[in-house]
Amino acid sequence: MQGIEMLIGNPTFAFIQLLNSLSMGMNYFIIAAGLSLIFGVLRVINFAHGTFFMFGAYTAYTVAEAWGLGFWLSVIAAGLFLALIALVLERALFRFLYDKEHLMQLLLTFAIVLIMGDLAKVLWGTDQYSVSYPEGLGGAWNVGLTHYPSYRLVLCLIGPLILLVLWFFTERTRWGRLTKAATQDREMLASLGINVPVIYTGVFLVGSALAGVGGALASPFNSPVPGMDVFIIVECFVIVIIGGLGSLWGSFLGALIYGLVFNFGSVIVPNWQDVFAFLLLLIVLLIRPWGMFGRPEQG
Amino acid sequence: MTSPMNKAGQAACLLIVLLIAAIPFAGEDYLIDLATEILVFVLFALSLNVLIGYSGNVSFGHAAYFAIGGYANAILLTTYGWPLIAAMPIAIVLSMLAAMFVAWFCTRLTDIYFAMLTLAFAMLVWAIAFKWRDVTHGDDGFVGVAVPAFLDDRVSFFYFTLAVVTASAALLWLICHSAFGKVLVAVRENRTRAGFVGVNTRQMRWTAFVVAGTFAGIAGAIFAMYNRGMYVENAFWTQSAQVLIMVLLGGMHSFFGPAIGAAVLYLLERFTNEYTEYWPTMLGAILLVILLFLPEGLAGLAAKVRSKLVRPGGTG
Repeated sequence: MQGIEMLIGNPTFAFIQLLNSLSMGMNYFIIAAGLSLIFGVLRVINFAHGTFFMFGAYTAYTVAEAWGLGFWLSVIAAGLFLALIALVLERALFRFLYDKEHLMQLLLTFAIVLIMGDLAKVLWGTDQYSVSYPEGLGGAWNVGLTHYPSYRLVLCLIGPLILLVLWFFTERTRWGRLTKAATQDREMLASLGINVPVIYTGVFLVGSALAGVGGALASPFNSPVPGMDVFIIVECFVIVIIGGLGSLWGSFLGALIYGLVFNFGSVIVPNWQDVFAFLLLLIVLLIRPWGMFGRPEQG
Repeated sequence: MTSPMNKAGQAACLLIVLLIAAIPFAGEDYLIDLATEILVFVLFALSLNVLIGYSGNVSFGHAAYFAIGGYANAILLTTYGWPLIAAMPIAIVLSMLAAMFVAWFCTRLTDIYFAMLTLAFAMLVWAIAFKWRDVTHGDDGFVGVAVPAFLDDRVSFFYFTLAVVTASAALLWLICHSAFGKVLVAVRENRTRAGFVGVNTRQMRWTAFVVAGTFAGIAGAIFAMYNRGMYVENAFWTQSAQVLIMVLLGGMHSFFGPAIGAAVLYLLERFTNEYTEYWPTMLGAILLVILLFLPEGLAGLAAKVRSKLVRPGGTG
């Protein structure tokens, strides 16, 4: 247990692990929040969410590096691009499956994973690209005990900021209330004269845009490369199931826990961090299948 | 109480097995290899259908039991130098034990949470195969499997595969058409009602899960020897999705449908790969067609065509 001794004997080392966990967790939160939001309203588990993340990362490369338009613009572009893709997919495919069984929906999203994975190869080839850190954030800042990469610290701020925006939107606006109502009773909402399909499309767009933004924000340290999508999606599943599918706070807490387990796990038993993450998921599924903040499935 | 297959059905099955058995006489190595691989995936798909088609539980992690059977067989044969007669049965028992353990947890849940839990367990198996380098050789893959001398040439391996797959398929047929199989269908159609008439539905689902896992283990054990290796990809969730697509393509409400789905999908993959590297797009397109137009798969399509032929055009 050399790792535990290092954590106890060296507070700076432990502090760095904590910051690693936080910045990783915040990046994953942005992606997982989109997945959870879509499930909460549309009741679709979107396997293609990881592929949307990958497209976001590639878009960041194209806009920031190939076109040289700067990093922050590329993040916005990634969000818009994924919202556009989501709009097309929702109009062309998803809306035919809202009333079908879950299996059909899952498999439909898997078909999108397959096709978009190839599309990414056509558009960007099979090279691994590097995206440089945004200007002024390539270095490290002094955080008391130690210096820490400034970009990752900024991520630790962007995460809670997005949480706040999403919370405000869902809890404090008319559209947020309508969205909540759509999860409760679609027919009733429709009979009150609300255009429910527009809400569905809107939620799908926002959720997918979050995957794109998450991918763009991850691109400086998680270089876009073919096949990254099928890994990230499983990690996002772990997060949203731990937190509770459909819960905003759940995905925030789930992402933090995942970051902590992954980073501290890799110190305590090197190389086995993935196994810990899946074990954690299993424990949650066994005790509270609907996750920490989720609600049990009705009927 | 088993409902025996009618005479015509038995004759058709015998004819098909004999036709497959005649493949080596064509003298094409390529054809023999292709047939061997297809047989492995036929068994894999048939095993999953016990769970999906008969008990109505969609597993998203069926590759786990395939991989456990494959890895265990490969490791026992190669690392420990066991003879096949010991290695393969133990490998199959290990798949069965893993399925028993996982099924105990998974059958507490239904629908989407059942699928997610099977996926989680399968990813755990994948992570272990990936990280336990000393035993599984991690992402390098476990290569150079010591195949017993009597199976070293492709013709004898083909007949070995044919014998095992035929026997397994016959056994699965008997299981699915026994009283147990009928009860499974009752559980699939209406779990609450089946429970009311005294069926222990959870135990039924558990048994179906174990049967499915065990036969997937047999398929995996053969695959490891045929392929002379096992790779972490064999346990990854995309492999589970692929076998699920085989079942759907064939038709999950028919016993032999998944076998046809496996053969068709495998052949399509082989031929597509000869012309283009975009097999995933092709697979995605096939999946979309099944979902939007062929919910009962090829078996359902065949049944529809047959009923059209019998009473052409309705009025005749």
